[in-house]
Amino acid sequence: MFETDLKVNLCGTELTNPVIPASGTFGFGYEMSEIYDINILGSIALKGTTKEARFGNPTPRIAECREGMINSVGLQNPGVHEVINEELPKLKKVFSKKAVANISGFSVDEYVYCSRLFDKEDSIGWLEINISCPNVHDGGMSFGVSESSAAEVTKAVKSVTSKPVFVKLSPNVTDIASIARACEQSGADGISLINTLMGMRIDIKTGKPVIANKMGGFSGRAIKPVAVRMVYQVYEAVKIPIIGMGGVATAEDVIEMMMAGATAVQVGAENLVNPYACKQIIEDLPKVMKKYGITKLSDIIGRAH
Amino acid sequence: MKQGIFEITENSALTENVLKMTLSGDVSEIKKSGQFINISIEGLFLRRPISVYDKTDKTVTVIYKVVGEGTERMSKMKPGDKLDVLTGLGNGFDTSLSGDKPVVIGGGVGVPPMYLLAKELKSEGKQVTAILGFNRESEIFAREEFEKICDKVIITTVDGSCGVKGFVTDALGFDYTYTYCCGPEAMLKAVYNKTVTSGQYSFEERMGCGFGACMGCSCKTKYGNKRICKDGPVLVKEEIIW
Repeated sequence: MFETDLKVNLCGTELTNPVIPASGTFGFGYEMSEIYDINILGSIALKGTTKEARFGNPTPRIAECREGMINSVGLQNPGVHEVINEELPKLKKVFSKKAVANISGFSVDEYVYCSRLFDKEDSIGWLEINISCPNVHDGGMSFGVSESSAAEVTKAVKSVTSKPVFVKLSPNVTDIASIARACEQSGADGISLINTLMGMRIDIKTGKPVIANKMGGFSGRAIKPVAVRMVYQVYEAVKIPIIGMGGVATAEDVIEMMMAGATAVQVGAENLVNPYACKQIIEDLPKVMKKYGITKLSDIIGRAH
Repeated sequence: MKQGIFEITENSALTENVLKMTLSGDVSEIKKSGQFINISIEGLFLRRPISVYDKTDKTVTVIYKVVGEGTERMSKMKPGDKLDVLTGLGNGFDTSLSGDKPVVIGGGVGVPPMYLLAKELKSEGKQVTAILGFNRESEIFAREEFEKICDKVIITTVDGSCGVKGFVTDALGFDYTYTYCCGPEAMLKAVYNKTVTSGQYSFEERMGCGFGACMGCSCKTKYGNKRICKDGPVLVKEEIIW
């Protein structure tokens, strides 16, 4: 019998498999336990959380694209206190593994505030710091587009938590490897990438942008080649583990992303069109591994290099 | 929510650009009128959410207007074709609040969900009046079906080519205990302002997932932020913020 081993190790914690639903595509996880046992997942990246509650952007927030979509939700969330007091207890009832807290902020202090609180939560295994947010103290420029601001957030968060910190990078930069290096040098324990690509659609009937906020984040199957390329580049640039994401929809995609250099893999937009996507990928992985003669999934990390 | 493969048993035109599609499959998750199904269409990324017009033990029927690429492709599908469908989405209408003489009001493609609702209200022994609003006579559909089950059906057309000339609100001169409404937002608001009773209003918004995961279709209400797809599409009059 052909035995397959799906386990991967993410900063000292073993995942039964590398598949993690990406932040913003799976709510706070417990909602999805209505349709299947979410304990089969490697972990869950929770909905992006900010210090204060946010309604987010005006609607329409969604536009369809070929093989993908654009969203401009605008970090709608109930705020970190309600996430910890209301949402995490609901997740804990149906999910026995550790989750990934996804943290956003509009100033370094906000990232620090949320990180300090999540640090105390046993059900959180990793912090994922979304640095694609605009910095209100820097003219609204995203933290993720410069090495110095990415480094500043990383250092500040690292100083208030003992949990592994993954910095989630924006792909909307000229040199992703230098940003990843800056995060590593500032103490990041890992890198998550890619966040969405800035995109836009115009309704040719009205001549106006489809999304109320005009532009948004492009995700879905169409972006996978960009994601694979960037994971490959970052793997060459840093020694810390990578969580790869962007357009992952199948078990083959997971394997491709791991060969590029990912230790774990997140599934994002695909969850929105197929709520069973992660379950199907996990069930397909042993078959696809067998087809390609892979016995131990962790052996293929970075194989393309 | 349930995912299933459904077979098309009927896909026929009711007017120039409105079609009726019946799908055969596991409909056990469809519990109430006012809920919707979310249809995956080959070659398009997002599913297409469409409200339930009618259901039986084994079938669900939707009525849809061709407005874009997705519904255009749906209009070309044939009986026997298979579709991947999520069923049992949305909160649906609550018939327990209706009193004994509710009015159900639908405008354009807001008419379909009122049919299953009217059936439910009638099965509970209520006296149901339906007001169905269209732009012109050639766009009217499902009139006979409503006439078979409702105590009274009033048609309104904007151009006066059939029934009462004007909008659905021009036909509201009678006694009713409760209002149910689905249609364009301007119509919902006009009904909200004109009706004296409480009521339930079914809203539309561009959706990502249709099952509450992405926050794409959020709205503010007096009872807090809600997702049109999961906490709606039906909101009670008292919570609506325009």
